[in-house]
Amino acid sequence: MYILASFLAGLVFGVGLIVSGMANPAKVLGFLDLAGRWDPSLALVMAGAISVGLISFAVAKRRTQSFLGAEMKLPKARDIDRRLVGGGLLFGIGWGVAGFCPGPAVVALGMGEAKALVFVVAMLAGMGIFELLERRRPRQALAA
Amino acid sequence: MTIDWNAFTPWFSLAGGVLIGIAAAMFALLNGRIAGISGVLGGLLKPVNGDVAWRVAFILGLVVAPLAYALFSDLPRPEIDAGTGALVLAGLLVGIGTRYGSGCTSGHGVCGLSRLSPRSLAATLAFMGAGFVTVYVTRHLFGI
Repeated sequence: MYILASFLAGLVFGVGLIVSGMANPAKVLGFLDLAGRWDPSLALVMAGAISVGLISFAVAKRRTQSFLGAEMKLPKARDIDRRLVGGGLLFGIGWGVAGFCPGPAVVALGMGEAKALVFVVAMLAGMGIFELLERRRPRQALAA
Repeated sequence: MTIDWNAFTPWFSLAGGVLIGIAAAMFALLNGRIAGISGVLGGLLKPVNGDVAWRVAFILGLVVAPLAYALFSDLPRPEIDAGTGALVLAGLLVGIGTRYGSGCTSGHGVCGLSRLSPRSLAATLAFMGAGFVTVYVTRHLFGI
């Protein structure tokens, strides 16, 4: 049941990315290009998603179990540290270079785009590099 | 700043955003988890027993989303202008950055802001800011 719910959530998420235009890197870069001809669409994607999210997470926060009986695994970390901000900055640079963030890249892969495959392989390699670097760290850091 | 009214798609972007919000709500309320694509993918690189199938199912949902979309409407082609070198660089940065920063546009941007998490707000400001600056530098300073 969790597996099916997971699949459906991924499916709806992916369709939402396509409908919204987020699965198109040119459109994402149009949003990030404040000094050029700016396309504000992405702000409305966030507004639409967060308006639903505010309600659903307000409900989710009060529950100790999900509606399917799973343990609630919502993040508890609260500290704003160098890892968080530095990671965000690196991610943002990569996002600005190609216009891809992880979700849209995986969706574009499903469209059979060879360039999306190049990006996703490099992204997985980047995540692999992170795992290798983490293994060298003596202190275990919690990831949200 | 000039707004590109021809590229602006307010209704589709808002509707797509609502779908993304619904997907994140499903995942939180049914599975008790955050629909953060980088976290879901990254967890597969450090597999833990019993923690793999739902991740694969979610990613599979994203990958088949274009097929589901194509059943109802013409699938828009993503416009990916970045060359291979830029895609590899961007992928590596997105992979490393999202893991250090514990999330991407979905986990911090959609779910985190919906949870009113200060940590996610800081991460979102970091990656959005870096994205804006990167596109400014590449397009307007280097003219790429």
